[in-house]
Amino acid sequence: MALRALVGCKRVIDYAVRVRVKPDKTGVVTDGVKHSMNPFDEIAVEEAVRLKEKKVVSEIIAVSCGPAQCQETLRTAMAMGADKAIHVEIPSPQYETLQPIHIAKIMAKLATDQKADIVILGKQAIDDDCNQTAQMTAAFLDWPQGVFASKIDKEGDGLTVMREIDGGLETIKVKLPAVISADLRLNEPRYATLPNIMKAKKKPLDKKTPADLGVDLKPRIQVLSVEDPPVREAGAKVADVDELISRLKALGRI
Amino acid sequence: KSTLVIAEHDNASLKSITLNAIGAANKIGHEVTCLVIGSNCSKAADQLTKVEGVKKVLVADNAAFEGFLPERLTPLILASHKQFNFTHIIAGASAFGKGLLPRVAAKLDVSPVSDVIGIKDEETFTRTIYAGNAVMTLKVTDAIKVLSVRGTSFEAAKVGGGSGALEKAADGEYKNDLSSFVKQELAKSDRPELTSAKTVISGGRGMKNGDNFKLLYELADLLGAGVGASRAAVDAGFVSNDLQVGQTGKIVAPELYIAVGISGAIQHLAGMKDSKTIVAINKDPEAPIFAVADLGLVADLFKAVPEMTEKVKAMKS
Repeated sequence: MALRALVGCKRVIDYAVRVRVKPDKTGVVTDGVKHSMNPFDEIAVEEAVRLKEKKVVSEIIAVSCGPAQCQETLRTAMAMGADKAIHVEIPSPQYETLQPIHIAKIMAKLATDQKADIVILGKQAIDDDCNQTAQMTAAFLDWPQGVFASKIDKEGDGLTVMREIDGGLETIKVKLPAVISADLRLNEPRYATLPNIMKAKKKPLDKKTPADLGVDLKPRIQVLSVEDPPVREAGAKVADVDELISRLKALGRI
Repeated sequence: KSTLVIAEHDNASLKSITLNAIGAANKIGHEVTCLVIGSNCSKAADQLTKVEGVKKVLVADNAAFEGFLPERLTPLILASHKQFNFTHIIAGASAFGKGLLPRVAAKLDVSPVSDVIGIKDEETFTRTIYAGNAVMTLKVTDAIKVLSVRGTSFEAAKVGGGSGALEKAADGEYKNDLSSFVKQELAKSDRPELTSAKTVISGGRGMKNGDNFKLLYELADLLGAGVGASRAAVDAGFVSNDLQVGQTGKIVAPELYIAVGISGAIQHLAGMKDSKTIVAINKDPEAPIFAVADLGLVADLFKAVPEMTEKVKAMKS
Protein backbone atom coordinates (compact mmCIF):
# COMPACT_ATOMS: atom_id res chain seq x y z
CA MET A 1 0.00 0.00 0.00
CA ALA A 2 1.38 3.34 -1.00
CA LEU A 3 1.88 5.96 1.69
CA ARG A 4 0.51 9.43 2.13
CA ALA A 5 3.27 11.92 2.87
CA LEU A 6 3.10 15.24 4.68
CA VAL A 7 6.08 17.55 4.17
CA GLY A 8 6.94 20.77 5.98
CA CYS A 9 8.14 23.87 4.09
CA LYS A 10 9.31 26.82 6.15
CA ARG A 11 9.81 30.19 4.50
CA VAL A 12 13.09 31.65 5.75
CA ILE A 13 15.52 34.43 4.84
CA ASP A 14 17.53 33.09 1.91
CA TYR A 15 20.73 31.37 3.04
CA ALA A 16 22.89 33.68 0.94
CA VAL A 17 21.55 36.89 2.51
CA ARG A 18 23.71 38.63 5.09
CA VAL A 19 21.37 38.94 8.07
CA ARG A 20 21.19 42.28 9.89
CA VAL A 21 20.02 42.84 13.45
CA LYS A 22 17.39 45.59 13.95
CA PRO A 23 18.70 48.69 15.75
CA ASP A 24 16.01 48.30 18.45
CA LYS A 25 17.28 44.76 19.15
CA THR A 26 13.87 43.13 18.75
CA GLY A 27 14.87 40.82 15.91
CA VAL A 28 16.48 40.81 12.49
CA VAL A 29 15.52 42.84 9.43
CA THR A 30 13.09 40.83 7.27
CA ASP A 31 11.36 43.55 5.21
CA GLY A 32 12.57 43.70 1.62
CA VAL A 33 14.88 40.74 2.20
CA LYS A 34 14.94 37.76 -0.16
CA HIS A 35 13.22 34.69 1.30
CA SER A 36 13.31 31.07 0.14
CA MET A 37 12.30 27.63 1.28
CA ASN A 38 14.45 26.40 4.18
CA PRO A 39 17.20 24.32 2.45
CA PHE A 40 16.61 21.28 4.68
CA ASP A 41 12.89 21.42 3.83
CA GLU A 42 13.80 21.37 0.14
CA ILE A 43 15.61 18.11 0.85
CA ALA A 44 12.49 16.84 2.64
CA VAL A 45 10.26 17.71 -0.33
CA GLU A 46 12.74 16.13 -2.75
CA GLU A 47 12.77 12.91 -0.73
CA ALA A 48 8.98 12.72 -0.78
CA VAL A 49 9.00 13.26 -4.54
CA ARG A 50 11.59 10.53 -5.02
CA LEU A 51 9.53 8.15 -2.87
CA LYS A 52 6.55 8.96 -5.06
CA GLU A 53 8.60 8.24 -8.19
CA LYS A 54 9.48 4.88 -6.62
CA LYS A 55 5.74 4.29 -5.98
CA VAL A 56 6.33 4.10 -2.23
CA VAL A 57 4.35 7.31 -1.73
CA SER A 58 0.99 7.96 -3.40
CA GLU A 59 0.32 11.58 -2.50
CA ILE A 60 2.39 14.47 -1.17
CA ILE A 61 0.85 17.27 0.87
CA ALA A 62 3.07 20.29 1.52
CA VAL A 63 2.44 22.44 4.61
CA SER A 64 3.69 25.89 5.50
CA CYS A 65 2.80 27.93 8.59
CA GLY A 66 3.12 31.70 8.60
CA PRO A 67 2.15 34.89 6.78
CA ALA A 68 0.57 35.07 3.30
CA GLN A 69 3.94 34.91 1.51
CA CYS A 70 4.28 31.28 2.61
CA GLN A 71 2.04 30.46 -0.35
CA GLU A 72 4.98 31.21 -2.67
CA THR A 73 7.01 28.63 -0.75
CA LEU A 74 4.17 26.13 -1.16
CA ARG A 75 4.03 26.81 -4.92
CA THR A 76 7.74 25.98 -5.06
CA ALA A 77 7.07 22.69 -3.25
CA MET A 78 4.30 21.88 -5.71
CA ALA A 79 6.54 22.80 -8.65
CA MET A 80 9.03 20.27 -7.26
CA GLY A 81 6.32 17.60 -7.21
CA ALA A 82 4.02 17.98 -4.19
CA ASP A 83 0.40 17.27 -5.16
CA LYS A 84 -1.35 19.78 -2.95
CA ALA A 85 -0.67 22.26 -0.23
CA ILE A 86 -2.05 23.55 3.04
CA HIS A 87 -1.25 27.05 4.21
CA VAL A 88 -1.78 27.53 7.93
CA GLU A 89 -2.17 31.28 8.21
CA ILE A 90 -0.43 32.88 11.15
CA PRO A 91 -0.43 36.67 11.12
CA SER A 92 2.69 38.60 11.87
CA PRO A 93 2.49 39.52 15.59
CA GLN A 94 1.75 35.92 16.55
CA TYR A 95 4.32 34.61 14.09
CA GLU A 96 7.09 36.37 15.99
CA THR A 97 6.70 34.27 19.13
CA LEU A 98 5.90 31.05 17.30
CA GLN A 99 8.07 28.13 18.40
CA PRO A 100 8.66 24.63 17.04
CA ILE A 101 6.26 23.31 19.73
CA HIS A 102 3.39 25.17 18.02
CA ILE A 103 4.39 24.02 14.53
CA ALA A 104 4.75 20.44 15.79
CA LYS A 105 1.20 20.54 17.21
CA ILE A 106 -0.09 21.84 13.88
CA MET A 107 1.84 19.17 11.94
CA ALA A 108 0.61 16.42 14.26
CA LYS A 109 -3.02 17.51 13.86
CA LEU A 110 -2.68 17.74 10.07
CA ALA A 111 -0.97 14.34 9.92
CA THR A 112 -3.98 12.85 11.68
CA ASP A 113 -6.59 14.76 9.66
CA GLN A 114 -4.88 13.99 6.36
CA LYS A 115 -4.30 10.33 7.32
CA ALA A 116 -0.59 10.69 6.62
CA ASP A 117 1.67 7.64 7.00
CA ILE A 118 4.92 9.55 6.88
CA VAL A 119 5.85 13.10 7.83
CA ILE A 120 9.11 14.40 6.36
CA LEU A 121 10.62 17.61 7.71
CA GLY A 122 13.96 19.38 7.43
CA LYS A 123 16.22 18.67 10.41
CA GLN A 124 16.53 22.35 11.25
CA ALA A 125 15.49 25.74 9.94
CA ILE A 126 18.38 28.03 9.09
CA ASP A 127 16.75 31.04 10.77
CA ASP A 128 16.11 29.92 14.36
CA ASP A 129 18.47 26.89 14.16
CA CYS A 130 16.22 25.02 16.62
CA ASN A 131 16.27 21.44 15.30
CA GLN A 132 13.15 20.41 17.24
CA THR A 133 10.04 20.22 15.06
CA ALA A 134 10.37 16.63 13.77
CA GLN A 135 11.16 15.19 17.21
CA MET A 136 8.22 17.04 18.78
CA THR A 137 5.80 16.12 15.99
CA ALA A 138 6.72 12.45 16.50
CA ALA A 139 6.17 12.83 20.26
CA PHE A 140 2.73 14.41 19.86
CA LEU A 141 1.69 11.59 17.51
CA ASP A 142 3.41 8.86 19.55
CA TRP A 143 5.12 7.83 16.32
CA PRO A 144 8.75 6.76 16.01
CA GLN A 145 11.28 9.30 14.76
CA GLY A 146 14.08 8.85 12.24
CA VAL A 147 15.91 12.12 12.61
CA PHE A 148 19.01 13.45 10.77
CA ALA A 149 18.34 10.91 8.02
CA SER A 150 20.86 10.45 5.23
CA LYS A 151 19.13 7.45 3.63
CA ILE A 152 15.68 5.93 3.92
CA ASP A 153 14.37 2.68 2.44
CA LYS A 154 10.98 1.08 2.76
CA GLU A 155 11.28 -2.45 4.12
CA GLY A 156 8.24 -4.52 5.01
CA ASP A 157 5.85 -2.43 7.09
CA GLY A 158 8.55 0.01 8.16
CA LEU A 159 11.51 2.10 7.10
CA THR A 160 15.21 1.51 7.45
CA VAL A 161 16.80 4.85 8.25
CA MET A 162 20.48 5.69 8.12
CA ARG A 163 21.17 8.60 10.46
CA GLU A 164 23.99 11.12 10.75
CA ILE A 165 25.35 10.96 14.30
CA ASP A 166 28.48 12.33 15.95
CA GLY A 167 31.41 10.31 14.70
CA GLY A 168 29.67 8.43 11.91
CA LEU A 169 26.43 6.81 10.86
CA GLU A 170 23.74 4.80 12.59
CA THR A 171 21.07 2.54 11.13
CA ILE A 172 17.70 2.10 12.81
CA LYS A 173 14.34 0.67 11.81
CA VAL A 174 11.14 2.55 12.45
CA LYS A 175 7.60 1.28 12.12
CA LEU A 176 5.15 3.22 9.99
CA PRO A 177 3.59 5.70 10.52
CA ALA A 178 6.76 7.66 11.31
CA VAL A 179 8.35 11.09 11.29
CA ILE A 180 11.60 11.63 9.39
CA SER A 181 13.92 14.64 9.46
CA ALA A 182 16.17 15.25 6.48
CA ASP A 183 19.89 15.83 6.84
CA LEU A 184 22.19 17.29 4.23
CA ARG A 185 23.19 14.11 2.45
CA LEU A 186 19.73 12.58 2.02
CA ASN A 187 19.56 13.86 -1.56
CA GLU A 188 20.20 16.83 -3.81
CA PRO A 189 16.97 18.74 -4.43
CA ARG A 190 15.91 19.31 -8.04
CA TYR A 191 15.23 22.70 -9.55
CA ALA A 192 11.63 23.36 -10.51
CA THR A 193 11.29 23.55 -14.29
CA LEU A 194 9.20 26.26 -15.95
CA PRO A 195 6.43 23.86 -17.10
CA ASN A 196 6.24 22.48 -13.57
CA ILE A 197 6.08 25.97 -12.11
CA MET A 198 3.13 26.67 -14.44
CA LYS A 199 1.45 23.39 -13.47
CA ALA A 200 1.95 24.14 -9.77
CA LYS A 201 -0.18 27.27 -10.09
CA LYS A 202 -3.20 25.05 -10.79
CA LYS A 203 -2.64 22.60 -7.93
CA PRO A 204 -4.99 22.92 -4.93
CA LEU A 205 -3.90 25.12 -2.03
CA ASP A 206 -6.05 25.00 1.11
CA LYS A 207 -6.03 27.64 3.80
CA LYS A 208 -6.48 26.90 7.48
CA THR A 209 -6.03 28.76 10.73
CA PRO A 210 -4.51 27.45 13.98
CA ALA A 211 -8.01 27.83 15.48
CA ASP A 212 -9.41 25.45 12.82
CA LEU A 213 -6.87 22.92 14.03
CA GLY A 214 -7.44 23.62 17.71
CA VAL A 215 -3.82 24.61 18.34
CA ASP A 216 -3.11 27.23 21.00
CA LEU A 217 -0.32 29.61 19.98
CA LYS A 218 0.31 31.03 23.44
CA PRO A 219 3.95 32.22 23.54
CA ARG A 220 6.28 29.96 25.51
CA ILE A 221 9.22 32.32 25.50
CA GLN A 222 9.80 36.02 25.82
CA VAL A 223 12.48 37.45 23.56
CA LEU A 224 14.44 39.95 25.63
CA SER A 225 16.90 41.01 22.94
CA VAL A 226 18.46 40.07 19.63
CA GLU A 227 21.95 41.46 19.24
CA ASP A 228 24.98 41.31 16.99
CA PRO A 229 27.48 38.65 18.02
CA PRO A 230 30.78 39.89 19.42
CA VAL A 231 32.97 40.92 16.51
CA ARG A 232 36.16 39.02 16.04
CA GLU A 233 38.97 41.27 14.96
CA ALA A 234 41.03 40.08 12.07
CA GLY A 235 44.68 39.79 12.86
CA ALA A 236 47.68 40.05 10.65
CA LYS A 237 48.75 38.38 7.47
CA VAL A 238 52.01 36.50 7.66
CA ALA A 239 54.55 36.48 4.86
CA ASP A 240 55.39 32.78 4.77
CA VAL A 241 55.29 29.45 6.55
CA ASP A 242 58.33 30.31 8.67
CA GLU A 243 56.66 33.40 10.07
CA LEU A 244 53.43 31.45 10.66
CA ILE A 245 55.28 28.79 12.65
CA SER A 246 57.24 31.27 14.72
CA ARG A 247 54.12 33.28 15.52
CA LEU A 248 52.25 30.12 16.57
CA LYS A 249 55.22 29.10 18.70
CA ALA A 250 55.27 32.51 20.37
CA LEU A 251 51.58 32.10 21.18
CA GLY A 252 52.27 28.67 22.62
CA ARG A 253 49.87 27.02 20.20
CA ILE A 254 52.35 24.53 18.74
CA LYS B 1 14.59 23.06 42.96
CA SER B 2 16.74 20.55 41.14
CA THR B 3 18.28 19.93 37.74
CA LEU B 4 18.46 16.68 35.83
CA VAL B 5 21.38 16.12 33.46
CA ILE B 6 20.94 13.31 30.96
CA ALA B 7 24.33 11.70 30.56
CA GLU B 8 25.71 10.86 27.14
CA HIS B 9 28.03 7.88 27.18
CA ASP B 10 28.88 4.67 25.36
CA ASN B 11 28.21 2.48 28.46
CA ALA B 12 31.94 2.16 29.14
CA SER B 13 32.74 5.85 29.50
CA LEU B 14 31.20 9.30 29.56
CA LYS B 15 31.26 11.55 26.50
CA SER B 16 33.09 14.76 27.30
CA ILE B 17 30.02 16.89 26.48
CA THR B 18 28.30 15.37 29.55
CA LEU B 19 30.82 17.19 31.74
CA ASN B 20 30.06 20.47 29.95
CA ALA B 21 26.34 19.86 30.54
CA ILE B 22 27.01 19.27 34.24
CA GLY B 23 29.08 22.49 34.21
CA ALA B 24 26.02 24.31 32.86
CA ALA B 25 23.80 22.67 35.49
CA ASN B 26 26.20 23.75 38.25
CA LYS B 27 25.91 27.29 36.90
CA ILE B 28 22.14 27.24 37.38
CA GLY B 29 22.93 26.37 40.97
CA HIS B 30 20.28 23.85 41.95
CA GLU B 31 20.97 20.34 43.18
CA VAL B 32 22.21 18.23 40.25
CA THR B 33 21.01 14.71 39.51
CA CYS B 34 22.40 12.73 36.57
CA LEU B 35 20.54 10.05 34.71
CA VAL B 36 22.53 7.28 33.05
CA ILE B 37 20.51 5.15 30.67
CA GLY B 38 22.17 2.26 28.93
CA SER B 39 22.91 -1.43 28.79
CA ASN B 40 25.79 -2.55 31.03
CA CYS B 41 26.46 1.07 31.82
CA SER B 42 27.75 0.73 35.40
CA LYS B 43 31.22 1.99 34.41
CA ALA B 44 29.80 5.23 33.02
CA ALA B 45 27.63 5.59 36.13
CA ASP B 46 30.62 5.10 38.45
CA GLN B 47 32.51 7.84 36.62
CA LEU B 48 29.60 10.20 37.15
CA THR B 49 29.57 9.76 40.93
CA LYS B 50 33.02 11.38 41.00
CA VAL B 51 32.07 14.49 39.02
CA GLU B 52 32.05 17.74 40.93
CA GLY B 53 28.56 18.97 41.80
CA VAL B 54 26.70 15.71 41.13
CA LYS B 55 24.56 14.76 44.13
CA LYS B 56 22.77 11.74 42.79
CA VAL B 57 23.27 9.36 39.89
CA LEU B 58 20.16 7.55 38.68
CA VAL B 59 20.98 4.40 36.76
CA ALA B 60 18.70 2.61 34.32
CA ASP B 61 20.54 -0.48 33.11
CA ASN B 62 18.48 -2.53 30.68
CA ALA B 63 19.12 -4.36 27.42
CA ALA B 64 16.16 -2.44 25.96
CA PHE B 65 18.33 0.68 25.93
CA GLU B 66 20.79 -0.65 23.37
CA GLY B 67 21.25 2.03 20.72
CA PHE B 68 19.78 4.74 23.02
CA LEU B 69 16.51 4.98 21.07
CA PRO B 70 14.54 8.13 22.00
CA GLU B 71 11.26 6.15 21.84
CA ARG B 72 12.50 4.07 24.80
CA LEU B 73 14.53 6.69 26.69
CA THR B 74 11.71 9.25 26.77
CA PRO B 75 9.27 7.24 28.96
CA LEU B 76 12.05 6.56 31.47
CA ILE B 77 13.02 10.24 31.62
CA LEU B 78 9.36 11.14 32.15
CA ALA B 79 9.07 8.56 34.93
CA SER B 80 12.18 9.99 36.63
CA HIS B 81 10.79 13.48 36.30
CA LYS B 82 7.52 12.37 37.87
CA GLN B 83 9.49 10.95 40.77
CA PHE B 84 11.66 14.01 41.47
CA ASN B 85 9.94 17.01 39.82
CA PHE B 86 12.96 18.67 38.24
CA THR B 87 12.88 22.37 37.32
CA HIS B 88 15.53 21.92 34.61
CA ILE B 89 16.32 19.03 32.29
CA ILE B 90 19.64 19.40 30.47
CA ALA B 91 21.67 17.47 27.91
CA GLY B 92 24.55 18.33 25.62
CA ALA B 93 23.64 19.75 22.20
CA SER B 94 25.00 16.73 20.33
CA ALA B 95 23.20 14.42 17.89
CA PHE B 96 22.12 12.44 20.97
CA GLY B 97 20.81 15.39 22.98
CA LYS B 98 19.22 17.14 20.03
CA GLY B 99 17.43 13.98 18.96
CA LEU B 100 16.12 13.18 22.42
CA LEU B 101 15.28 16.38 24.34
CA PRO B 102 12.57 17.82 22.04
CA ARG B 103 10.71 14.51 22.31
CA VAL B 104 10.86 14.73 26.11
CA ALA B 105 9.84 18.42 26.08
CA ALA B 106 6.83 17.74 23.84
CA LYS B 107 5.62 15.07 26.26
CA LEU B 108 5.88 17.62 29.09
CA ASP B 109 4.17 20.22 26.88
CA VAL B 110 7.05 22.67 27.22
CA SER B 111 9.08 24.50 24.59
CA PRO B 112 12.72 23.36 24.70
CA VAL B 113 15.67 25.68 24.11
CA SER B 114 18.34 24.33 21.75
CA ASP B 115 22.04 24.98 21.77
CA VAL B 116 22.17 27.31 24.78
CA ILE B 117 25.44 29.29 24.92
CA GLY B 118 24.82 31.29 28.10
CA ILE B 119 22.83 31.11 31.33
CA LYS B 120 21.87 34.52 32.75
CA ASP B 121 19.62 33.20 35.48
CA GLU B 122 17.50 30.11 36.02
CA GLU B 123 14.99 31.14 33.36
CA THR B 124 16.99 33.44 31.06
CA PHE B 125 19.29 32.01 28.43
CA THR B 126 21.25 33.07 25.36
CA ARG B 127 21.55 31.19 22.10
CA THR B 128 22.60 32.01 18.57
CA ILE B 129 20.26 32.24 15.60
CA TYR B 130 20.91 32.68 11.86
CA ALA B 131 24.13 30.66 11.89
CA GLY B 132 25.59 32.71 14.71
CA ASN B 133 24.86 36.05 13.02
CA ALA B 134 22.66 37.12 15.90
CA VAL B 135 22.51 36.30 19.59
CA MET B 136 19.09 35.98 21.21
CA THR B 137 18.44 36.42 24.91
CA LEU B 138 15.19 34.79 25.91
CA LYS B 139 13.15 34.08 28.99
CA VAL B 140 11.42 30.71 29.20
CA THR B 141 7.89 31.03 30.57
CA ASP B 142 7.22 27.28 30.87
CA ALA B 143 7.58 25.85 34.39
CA ILE B 144 10.08 23.17 33.35
CA LYS B 145 13.13 24.31 31.41
CA VAL B 146 14.38 21.76 28.88
CA LEU B 147 17.77 22.82 27.52
CA SER B 148 20.41 21.43 25.22
CA VAL B 149 23.70 23.20 25.88
CA ARG B 150 26.60 23.83 23.54
CA GLY B 151 29.63 21.98 24.87
CA THR B 152 32.16 24.64 23.90
CA SER B 153 30.27 27.35 25.79
CA PHE B 154 30.43 25.79 29.25
CA GLU B 155 33.45 24.74 31.24
CA ALA B 156 33.55 21.03 31.93
CA ALA B 157 32.76 19.99 35.51
CA LYS B 158 35.86 18.50 37.13
CA VAL B 159 36.17 14.76 37.53
CA GLY B 160 37.25 13.83 41.04
CA GLY B 161 36.10 15.37 44.27
CA GLY B 162 32.45 14.53 43.67
CA SER B 163 30.57 12.08 45.85
CA GLY B 164 27.29 11.36 44.09
CA ALA B 165 25.09 8.56 45.38
CA LEU B 166 24.08 5.78 43.03
CA GLU B 167 20.39 5.03 42.87
CA LYS B 168 18.27 2.79 40.65
CA ALA B 169 16.04 4.72 38.25
CA ALA B 170 12.29 4.15 38.04
CA ASP B 171 11.38 0.62 36.99
CA GLY B 172 9.16 0.02 34.01
CA GLU B 173 8.65 -1.68 30.69
CA TYR B 174 10.65 0.43 28.29
CA LYS B 175 10.96 -1.92 25.35
CA ASN B 176 8.59 -1.09 22.51
CA ASP B 177 8.46 -1.97 18.85
CA LEU B 178 8.17 1.56 17.46
CA SER B 179 11.83 1.54 16.55
CA SER B 180 14.81 -0.78 16.76
CA PHE B 181 18.54 -0.34 16.64
CA VAL B 182 20.40 -2.03 13.79
CA LYS B 183 24.01 -0.83 13.82
CA GLN B 184 26.46 2.00 14.20
CA GLU B 185 29.35 2.64 11.88
CA LEU B 186 31.69 5.02 13.60
CA ALA B 187 34.61 6.39 11.67
CA LYS B 188 37.70 4.77 13.19
CA SER B 189 40.28 7.35 14.00
CA ASP B 190 43.18 7.72 16.38
CA ARG B 191 42.86 11.47 16.13
CA PRO B 192 41.12 13.41 18.89
CA GLU B 193 37.41 13.98 18.57
CA LEU B 194 36.62 17.29 16.86
CA THR B 195 34.57 18.93 19.58
CA SER B 196 37.12 18.27 22.32
CA ALA B 197 40.40 18.54 20.36
CA LYS B 198 42.85 21.29 21.38
CA THR B 199 43.81 21.80 17.75
CA VAL B 200 41.60 21.36 14.70
CA ILE B 201 42.69 21.45 11.06
CA SER B 202 39.88 21.76 8.53
CA GLY B 203 39.90 21.53 4.76
CA GLY B 204 37.52 23.14 2.30
CA ARG B 205 36.71 23.05 -1.38
CA GLY B 206 40.27 24.22 -2.07
CA MET B 207 41.50 20.73 -1.16
CA LYS B 208 40.21 19.64 -4.62
CA ASN B 209 39.57 16.00 -3.67
CA GLY B 210 39.38 13.57 -0.77
CA ASP B 211 42.86 12.12 -1.35
CA ASN B 212 44.43 15.50 -0.73
CA PHE B 213 43.08 15.44 2.84
CA LYS B 214 46.14 13.21 3.48
CA LEU B 215 48.13 16.45 3.59
CA LEU B 216 45.99 17.58 6.52
CA TYR B 217 46.12 14.20 8.28
CA GLU B 218 49.93 14.26 8.28
CA LEU B 219 50.07 17.71 9.84
CA ALA B 220 47.24 16.84 12.23
CA ASP B 221 49.09 13.78 13.52
CA LEU B 222 52.18 15.88 14.24
CA LEU B 223 50.13 18.44 16.15
CA GLY B 224 47.79 15.96 17.86
CA ALA B 225 44.93 17.66 16.03
CA GLY B 226 41.46 16.63 14.97
CA VAL B 227 40.50 17.00 11.31
CA GLY B 228 37.35 18.75 10.12
CA ALA B 229 35.90 20.08 6.89
CA SER B 230 33.64 22.77 5.52
CA ARG B 231 30.19 21.95 4.21
CA ALA B 232 31.49 22.62 0.69
CA ALA B 233 34.05 19.82 1.11
CA VAL B 234 31.36 17.48 2.42
CA ASP B 235 28.94 18.44 -0.38
CA ALA B 236 31.66 17.77 -2.94
CA GLY B 237 32.08 14.28 -1.43
CA PHE B 238 35.71 14.75 -0.30
CA VAL B 239 35.01 13.56 3.24
CA SER B 240 32.12 12.24 5.31
CA ASN B 241 29.54 14.46 6.97
CA ASP B 242 30.65 13.73 10.53
CA LEU B 243 33.70 15.93 9.83
CA GLN B 244 31.53 18.93 9.01
CA VAL B 245 32.20 22.06 11.06
CA GLY B 246 29.53 24.75 10.85
CA GLN B 247 25.94 25.82 11.42
CA THR B 248 24.49 22.41 10.69
CA GLY B 249 27.55 20.38 11.58
CA LYS B 250 29.75 20.48 14.64
CA ILE B 251 30.56 23.56 16.69
CA VAL B 252 34.20 23.65 17.75
CA ALA B 253 36.23 26.11 19.81
CA PRO B 254 39.77 24.73 20.06
CA GLU B 255 42.87 26.65 21.10
CA LEU B 256 44.11 26.53 17.52
CA TYR B 257 41.97 26.24 14.38
CA ILE B 258 43.71 25.98 11.02
CA ALA B 259 41.41 26.56 8.03
CA VAL B 260 42.96 25.27 4.82
CA GLY B 261 41.43 26.10 1.45
CA ILE B 262 38.25 27.33 3.14
CA SER B 263 36.73 30.55 1.83
CA GLY B 264 34.82 31.23 5.05
CA ALA B 265 31.09 31.16 4.33
CA ILE B 266 29.02 32.44 7.27
CA GLN B 267 27.70 28.92 7.82
CA HIS B 268 31.27 27.69 8.39
CA LEU B 269 32.28 30.63 10.58
CA ALA B 270 29.30 29.81 12.82
CA GLY B 271 31.01 26.56 13.72
CA MET B 272 34.52 27.79 14.55
CA LYS B 273 34.69 31.50 15.27
CA ASP B 274 35.00 31.00 19.02
CA SER B 275 38.37 29.28 18.51
CA LYS B 276 41.16 31.00 20.46
CA THR B 277 43.60 31.34 17.55
CA ILE B 278 42.46 31.04 13.95
CA VAL B 279 44.91 30.44 11.13
CA ALA B 280 43.77 30.66 7.51
CA ILE B 281 45.72 29.33 4.55
CA ASN B 282 44.12 30.31 1.25
CA LYS B 283 45.44 31.48 -2.08
CA ASP B 284 42.66 34.06 -2.49
CA PRO B 285 43.61 37.18 -0.49
CA GLU B 286 39.98 38.34 -0.65
CA ALA B 287 38.57 35.18 0.99
CA PRO B 288 36.22 36.13 3.88
CA ILE B 289 38.03 33.70 6.19
CA PHE B 290 40.85 36.28 6.48
CA ALA B 291 38.38 38.67 8.16
CA VAL B 292 38.25 36.39 11.22
CA ALA B 293 41.74 34.88 11.09
CA ASP B 294 44.37 35.95 13.62
CA LEU B 295 47.10 34.76 11.31
CA GLY B 296 46.47 34.66 7.57
CA LEU B 297 48.78 33.12 5.02
CA VAL B 298 48.00 33.89 1.38
CA ALA B 299 49.55 30.90 -0.32
CA ASP B 300 48.95 27.79 -2.40
CA LEU B 301 47.93 25.21 0.18
CA PHE B 302 49.56 22.40 -1.81
CA LYS B 303 52.93 24.07 -1.18
CA ALA B 304 52.30 25.67 2.21
CA VAL B 305 50.85 22.66 4.05
CA PRO B 306 53.64 20.18 3.15
CA GLU B 307 56.22 22.87 3.99
CA MET B 308 54.56 23.43 7.34
CA THR B 309 54.50 19.68 8.00
CA GLU B 310 58.23 19.39 7.24
CA LYS B 311 59.13 22.35 9.41
CA VAL B 312 56.99 21.27 12.35
CA LYS B 313 58.50 17.79 12.06
CA ALA B 314 62.03 19.28 12.14
CA MET B 315 61.05 21.44 15.08
CA LYS B 316 59.71 18.49 17.08
CA SER B 317 62.66 16.16 16.43
